[in-house]
Amino acid sequence: MAAAGSGRTVSNTFAPVRNWLLLPTWLTVGIFMLLPIALMLVYSFLTKEFRGGVIWEFTLAAYDQFVFDRGLFGDEAPSIEWTYITIYFRSLVQASMATLLCLLIGFPTAFFIATRSPSTRSMWLFLVTIPYWVNLLIRTVSMKFLIRENGPLNQALLGSGLIDTPLQLINTNIAVQLGLFYSYLPFMVLPIYAAVERYNFSLSEAGADLYAGRWTILRRIVIPAVKPGIIAGCILVFVPSLGAFLAPDLLGGAKTFMIGSLIEEQFKGNAGNWPFGAASAMILLTLVLIALLFYARAQTKEQV
Amino acid sequence: MNSIPTAVSIRAVAKHFGQFVAIREMSFDIADNEFFTLLGPSGCGKTTLLRIIAGFENTTSGTVLLFNEELKNLPPNQRPVNTVFQNYALFPHMSVANNIGFGLHMLGWSRKDIDDRVDQMVKTVRLEEFINRKPAQLSGGQQQRVALARAMAPKPKVLLLDEPLSALDLKLRQQMRAELKALQKETGITFIFVTHDQEEALTMSDRIAVMSAGEVQQIGSPSEVYEQPASRFVAEFIGDTNLLDASVVSAQSNQHNQVDVKLDSGECIPATAASPHALENGARGHLSIRPEHITLNALSTTNDLAGTIRNTTYLGTDTQYEIKLDSGVNLFTRTQNSGNQQHNFSIGNKVNVSFAPNSARFLSH
Repeated sequence: MAAAGSGRTVSNTFAPVRNWLLLPTWLTVGIFMLLPIALMLVYSFLTKEFRGGVIWEFTLAAYDQFVFDRGLFGDEAPSIEWTYITIYFRSLVQASMATLLCLLIGFPTAFFIATRSPSTRSMWLFLVTIPYWVNLLIRTVSMKFLIRENGPLNQALLGSGLIDTPLQLINTNIAVQLGLFYSYLPFMVLPIYAAVERYNFSLSEAGADLYAGRWTILRRIVIPAVKPGIIAGCILVFVPSLGAFLAPDLLGGAKTFMIGSLIEEQFKGNAGNWPFGAASAMILLTLVLIALLFYARAQTKEQV
Repeated sequence: MNSIPTAVSIRAVAKHFGQFVAIREMSFDIADNEFFTLLGPSGCGKTTLLRIIAGFENTTSGTVLLFNEELKNLPPNQRPVNTVFQNYALFPHMSVANNIGFGLHMLGWSRKDIDDRVDQMVKTVRLEEFINRKPAQLSGGQQQRVALARAMAPKPKVLLLDEPLSALDLKLRQQMRAELKALQKETGITFIFVTHDQEEALTMSDRIAVMSAGEVQQIGSPSEVYEQPASRFVAEFIGDTNLLDASVVSAQSNQHNQVDVKLDSGECIPATAASPHALENGARGHLSIRPEHITLNALSTTNDLAGTIRNTTYLGTDTQYEIKLDSGVNLFTRTQNSGNQQHNFSIGNKVNVSFAPNSARFLSH
């Protein structure tokens, strides 16, 4: 009650100018977030112009193209078009796998860093973020060099005698997976680190005092306590992985095509179908929003 | 002591953290059903000792026995002792009921037994209507009770309490003292209570171990450590006292450790020695006299110590007088206010100072 009271006092003090103070924020959100999305939404319902651009004529053709196959000239009886659904499904699986992998590696890493002495923590954090001073494109290309047929990874494995023939990693889902994992790992480590750093380790002692073993303490006490950090990390890895196009473009092949590449092609590449690209993006956005909505629902249920 | 079993036995326990000696070798026993307090300033090793008993720290040397069974290196989750943590360490994502039931769940109790025991515990700590709340929705005092209920639910043989009242405000702290003491008597669980608050220790404990710099200075009942401090540290740490430099002039060889000591300022005073080692002539040490043990009288012709009132402080129940003896020694005394104005003195009054020989403790260290 006291907090609400003091909050009211502050807003009263600033009441005359409050809207003006918030103007930069509203402008930023409006121009850089809402306007582009609205533009995409409108474009997705327009007719395509050959080689890019749109004709201002309302149509559902882009969405229709996503879901139905009406033959080469669009005059056949519609059947389900699996191409794009498959790409979306593959993207969901790849993004989920990348998130899981980042979580499996990122959680212990974050835990390790957060339990170092305060003076060395910043050094460890710096080490984690060092590769991110390099452009994502360069990093993804260097990953390609690392895992190619006669690259260092295969050389090392062959040299150690673990394998007889070089691993064919390039152009596979595994290569894309590695690329995504490498690209987004810090987005998992940093929020979990922040949560673990605030974790009160006497809770673990209380667990041990009350007869819980190590794994039970981790599962029933530590993970629930740092859950907000885990969820933030998962969202920060999952969302960009879902729309990634550099890793699938550079490390993958035709069979590893993902949503990001599909959308990219509609605007930059040969396909040049802006309404279809916009529709694909809107479908992706809808999927992400539904996922976040479920998460928010689950959160509020837990609060009660 | 033979009839009462020993709950916890500390045998030659020492603990070093690198170069730092947290606990010098110490040994003592804590009896079953006892409310035992480890009292000392921060850094004296009391919390370290508690953590050793709980199993969070290993000893550098020595062992701890729990009901005659050695505990060495047994992890905390296999020790039949439970802890009330300083900041409660309640599981924030669990309800009060789940916090209290956690230990029982881990011990494999049945759902019904857990529910029954949790019901019983929330009644004991009077939190019935808060059973479904999360810790963040409780006041500090209520959280304290949940921590207590959670630690007592598995019916531990020994309950360890690490400064459990230090986070509460004064009124609540005083109220919880009485509740804790009552709960201990009611359940018969051995309590090992860590505190730096001497008042807490004096009001609640059956026995107190006064600790300083990793060593036990004295173990005794509250009245023993207060009335008969064994060392200068104990006399100063517990309550207020007058400490005067002195040496033994004649050691009387009777069984009450009676000695005559001579203050450095010249007065000869009959006193009681804290330890037999002080009974040699010429031994140096300190004379400790509790301020409320000193009686003031208007100046008469007797050869009592004489002095002048230098300052008076009204404390409500008592009045504190600062007195300068004619020899130059400063003393302070406390006299209970009886409402009888006759006994009051004011600055500048000449007074006689007297105290019983067993109120003057000669401390050789």
